Amino acid sequence: MYKKEDQGHGMSLIVKTVTRLTVGLILLYGIYILSHGHISPGGGFAGGVIIALSFINIMLAFGKEAALKRLSKPAAAFFESFGAIAFLAIATLGFMGGYFFLNFFADKGEPFKLFSAGIIPLCNIAISMKVGAGLFSIFIILVLLKFSSKDKEKEE
Amino acid sequence: MSVYFLCLILFAVGMYGVLRKRNLIKIIIGIMIAEYAVNLFFVLVGYRMEGRSPIFSPGQDVFNMVDPLPQALVLTAIVIGLAVTALLAAIAIRIYEKYGTFDVTKIRKLHG
Amino acid sequence: MANNIIPVFVIIPLGAAFVVSLIGKRIKKSADVLGVLATLGLFIASIASVLKTAEAGMLIYKVGVWMPPIGITMVMDSLTAFMLLTVNLVAFLIALYSVDYMERFTSKWNFYTLFLLMLAGMNGVIITGDIFNLFVFLEIASVASYALVAFGTEREELEAAFKYMVMGTVGSFFILLGIALIYGYTSTLNMADIAGVLLDKGMGRIMFFVSVLFIMGFGLKAALVPFHAWLPDAHPSAPAPISAMLSGVLIKSLGVYAIARIFYNVIGMNREFSNILMFLGALSMVAGVFLAIGQFDLKRLLAYHSISQIGYVVLGIGLATPLGILGGLFHLFNHSIFKSLLFLNSGAVEYAAETRDLNKMGGLNERMPVTGGTSLFASMAISGIPPFNGFFSKLIIIFAAVQADRPVYAFWAALASVITLASFMKVQKFAFFGKLGDGLKRVKEAPLFMKAAMVVLAFICLFGGLLLQPAISKKFLSPSVEALTTGTDYGNNVFRSAGK
Repeated sequence: MYKKEDQGHGMSLIVKTVTRLTVGLILLYGIYILSHGHISPGGGFAGGVIIALSFINIMLAFGKEAALKRLSKPAAAFFESFGAIAFLAIATLGFMGGYFFLNFFADKGEPFKLFSAGIIPLCNIAISMKVGAGLFSIFIILVLLKFSSKDKEKEE
Repeated sequence: MSVYFLCLILFAVGMYGVLRKRNLIKIIIGIMIAEYAVNLFFVLVGYRMEGRSPIFSPGQDVFNMVDPLPQALVLTAIVIGLAVTALLAAIAIRIYEKYGTFDVTKIRKLHG
Repeated sequence: MANNIIPVFVIIPLGAAFVVSLIGKRIKKSADVLGVLATLGLFIASIASVLKTAEAGMLIYKVGVWMPPIGITMVMDSLTAFMLLTVNLVAFLIALYSVDYMERFTSKWNFYTLFLLMLAGMNGVIITGDIFNLFVFLEIASVASYALVAFGTEREELEAAFKYMVMGTVGSFFILLGIALIYGYTSTLNMADIAGVLLDKGMGRIMFFVSVLFIMGFGLKAALVPFHAWLPDAHPSAPAPISAMLSGVLIKSLGVYAIARIFYNVIGMNREFSNILMFLGALSMVAGVFLAIGQFDLKRLLAYHSISQIGYVVLGIGLATPLGILGGLFHLFNHSIFKSLLFLNSGAVEYAAETRDLNKMGGLNERMPVTGGTSLFASMAISGIPPFNGFFSKLIIIFAAVQADRPVYAFWAALASVITLASFMKVQKFAFFGKLGDGLKRVKEAPLFMKAAMVVLAFICLFGGLLLQPAISKKFLSPSVEALTTGTDYGNNVFRSAGK
């Protein structure tokens, strides 16, 4: 029941068990806030922060290696740049309709349903990728900078 | 009117932290408090008397809502504040590595 | 479809920055190629936009086809085109220079990402027509510059970066507080609409408080004298191309351009604001140059001179007469050219001789002739010796001060110019003339790209006075002076161009 590498560091047994039960639900809640951004409050930034929080929760409860095994540092850097390029590409695609940031296909779908409001859900997904990966990278870098005078680690 | 004055008093408390404290971390916390004060002031500018929250749901008329524009602007300002705080914290950790202390009066290699 | 050129100035650097961040580590040399190509494209686009606004007047771009005052507009009039040309020209030459200079640092792709992000922020500040959009782009450029000052991660660079960050953040708080108060008073964020509402409603007492907040906030970004304490620590600690970029274009685009745009076109200039700006400008001129003479660290001396020359620009713009504004804007262009050249020279000296202390250098002219020659040109330009470009702009500012019945300011301007000449003669004597110092026997000339960038800038220094010829200045300088002196008619012009 216990994985071998999850013992030894991190917090106590109660914290580890509760985290193992709830971290999937936190990730699902973040995706819910992200995808309903054009109907209810929330959207890209808030959803991205909650998604990042689920990974940070694993890091706080189980230690740094367990979190890095699920989302490694090169993968986080890739998602960060890819989210920004996707957002810029969606904005530039508006040039097809004639203007920057034009909300093309804004007339398909009825209001208050999930498939409405044009390009706004796609922009939300791009923003959440960038914000989530960025916040996770900030935490990893602040943890990696351990001030021991013998080994200075090179951060990304 | 008194609400706005309380926001400015909170800003003054944050500025006191930046100006008079000697520990680097306390200066960073002073900046965070001042930033909360400015964002709060901006949201309060959009308040209307007896207003409801500006969320549009099916079957409700649009009247008597508070102003939603400052809320969108403050969302952007909070993200900017997050980036600045993260950068300040990373630089403070590296300063501790190089100088060995957090005291501002001892980190004075540049002068003149 | 001529308006489509306007968002290009923000799309190209943002796209290039994130592409460099994605592939710069794996493919060698791709960061350099993308950086130089992106800035070259921006420079060509800025020349095209100067030519287009000279014939077509004001260009408006409505982002996302939302009509103003609800949507965000990007406004390009001649002042915008002038600033864009300055910023992108200097950025292209510095990107060329840093291909060779940044070889000594690790993680060169990080440098290009941050550099292109800072350039995107500066371009965004210049072309936007909405006051909160200006704040967002200002923050993008500022945060990128905080990270670039700390790039080498030595002890002094981190301390300078922390000091710069704290003061820059406090300045941004004042600007955001001013924007909140303007929104509360006029209930709109579009700069043209604010001008219109202020004309109808009149300047209430709160607008004076807002003006004071804006002078404090933007003055801190522009390093005017009571708010200058971050500059002598931050600018020398950055790597040399970044010092040139910060001192040459960042404090002008974020500080002086924003002050000029807001105080002339949005709030409306009157006698009290003019007096305040002239007093702060004169104070910066004199204090900067007196603090600079005693310095023996080369880059710190150049940083103090930046404070003094920005004082000249603000004095010229604060005079509020057409001749004064012409002198101020022309000095802004000239200062970008010769201050970047001086910082690039100091970078070349540091690359070859590994020191910044004037006492340890000497006689570098025989081993590094290109660097010595261009440094001589730049020193003569900043001191105001004919026929270099600095002479003409300083002369116009002194004439304008006398013509506007303020002879005291003209006297202080002339005095500061004489002391500038003295301190640059000191730099030339200690660093380049004289006999070769010990330990300097083995220095070589700078590599190819660094030499090319410095020679082009020196060339522009020499022939910059030609910009005052009527044939060229009709397209380049005079329309930008008119853009400022139309004052609050800016609002009506924008709505008329947007409606058709």
